Amino acid sequence: MSRRLNSRAALMGLLMFFVFWQLLAWLIRRPIMPSPLEVVPLFGVGLFGNLGIHFLASTARVLAAIGLAVVTAVPIGLGLGQTPKVDRIFAPLIAIVYPIPKIVLLPVIYVLMGITDISKIFLIALIIFFQILVVVRDEAANLHPELILSVRSLGAGRRALFRYVYFPASLPAVLTALRVSVGTAIAVLFIAEQSLTTYGLGYYIVVETYQVLRYSEMYAGILAMSLLGLILYFVIYNLEGKVNRYRAEEPN
Amino acid sequence: MKIQEQCDTMIAINHLTFAYSGQPPIFQDYNLQIGRGEALSVIGPSGCGKTTLLYLLAGLRYPRSGSIFIDDRPISRPRPRSGLVLQDHGLLPWQTVRQNARLGLTIWGFYGSDGRHAPADEKLVSAEADQRVDAWLKKLGIEGLRDQYPLQLSRGQRQRTAIARTLAMQPDLLMMDEPFSALDAPTREDLQHFIINLHLESDLTYVIVTHDIEVAVLMGKKILVLQKGCNREAQITGNALFGQMDRRRQDEFQQKCEDLRQLLGSLK
Repeated sequence: MSRRLNSRAALMGLLMFFVFWQLLAWLIRRPIMPSPLEVVPLFGVGLFGNLGIHFLASTARVLAAIGLAVVTAVPIGLGLGQTPKVDRIFAPLIAIVYPIPKIVLLPVIYVLMGITDISKIFLIALIIFFQILVVVRDEAANLHPELILSVRSLGAGRRALFRYVYFPASLPAVLTALRVSVGTAIAVLFIAEQSLTTYGLGYYIVVETYQVLRYSEMYAGILAMSLLGLILYFVIYNLEGKVNRYRAEEPN
Repeated sequence: MKIQEQCDTMIAINHLTFAYSGQPPIFQDYNLQIGRGEALSVIGPSGCGKTTLLYLLAGLRYPRSGSIFIDDRPISRPRPRSGLVLQDHGLLPWQTVRQNARLGLTIWGFYGSDGRHAPADEKLVSAEADQRVDAWLKKLGIEGLRDQYPLQLSRGQRQRTAIARTLAMQPDLLMMDEPFSALDAPTREDLQHFIINLHLESDLTYVIVTHDIEVAVLMGKKILVLQKGCNREAQITGNALFGQMDRRRQDEFQQKCEDLRQLLGSLK
């Protein structure tokens, strides 16, 4: 696993980020590269106003998409992993569909589902869905049959097996898949929010600021979207650390 | 009451036929009666169906034909009062020793006393379950490890955790698959002592599967011999040397082992 980020290192990283940004601003000296000293106050104020609403709209869409992907991909992945016969039938299809960049389906989904929040959430969920499906399937397939038999002998039926074995066994893999795919999810969100919506950071950055040359405000939007990605990444990263605690102190 | 109970049947196998799909039968028209309070060793070469027999008794595999009764009830799914300890212990790696030892009771709590997954006659409050688990951890000498994870434990400690998990459910039938294999000698003897004493103190019926002749003689009041290929008739012998841990080096014990060895050889 990658090196853990403590709060001191995070602060250092943040500081360096702003220093480099400021240097770039001095170097380029054009409106397209405003100084962070101008953008950060705008960002701070905006977060409690208009920008904050766009931020919440985007956050809600990502969370809804994650939720939708998890509740559909986990049961299907467990089902496939535990029934090799069915898995053998669908594995080639999944292998082919898995690497397709789902963003290309944007027009199809818009036409079929209408340009609504639902279609945006569906598109993002589709990306995360396949990531989770594949890892959960593989985790479930790798569980020892003896482990399942042991727990069944304690009285566990289907529901208890899901609650005490399958779900906790696949949770670390689900979180890793989420962490890896959350960046792509937000990138797709950015594109999806540019058309026919009135709230969302994609809309704010492209329509409300970029197209009317409000570059400093645009950067506040970029900061907000970066923050969204950063928060999700580290929340998931910390949850991963928690659920993987039992692996931490393995004897040599 | 107790004396009367000891006379009746705990396990009744009637005309059992079993085969894994696409393979010749392991059991055919097989009959076996085991009394309540019995201590049974099951021995035979690998691939003879020892573990399969345990799975059948535990309700994890189903007969092709024939029936298995435990405590006068036909087995069609795992029975709440039957305890099973498999060879690889079946511990959840992400749970601590204590959580693992409590898993059976936690699952009972999950279903409530529905009589199917959990016994209908026992309702446990969470605190009672905790106490009972802690008591068994203590008796098995692993209370100091309760917050450790299985990956951090030795094989013997894992085995003890699995035994604690089963005993916390107060089984009337305990089934163990190769419980002493791959343990160092002191740990093995310690656990053998523990199981024998448990049997002597309560009326616990147990079935221990082993490939080790000495273990079979030490742990079984009766010894069931299985053979490679198809088992048609139960080969069962009595054993007066049960539990005689300190007589294992004596001629009588060694002679019994030799007899068994020859019986096993003749069946191949």
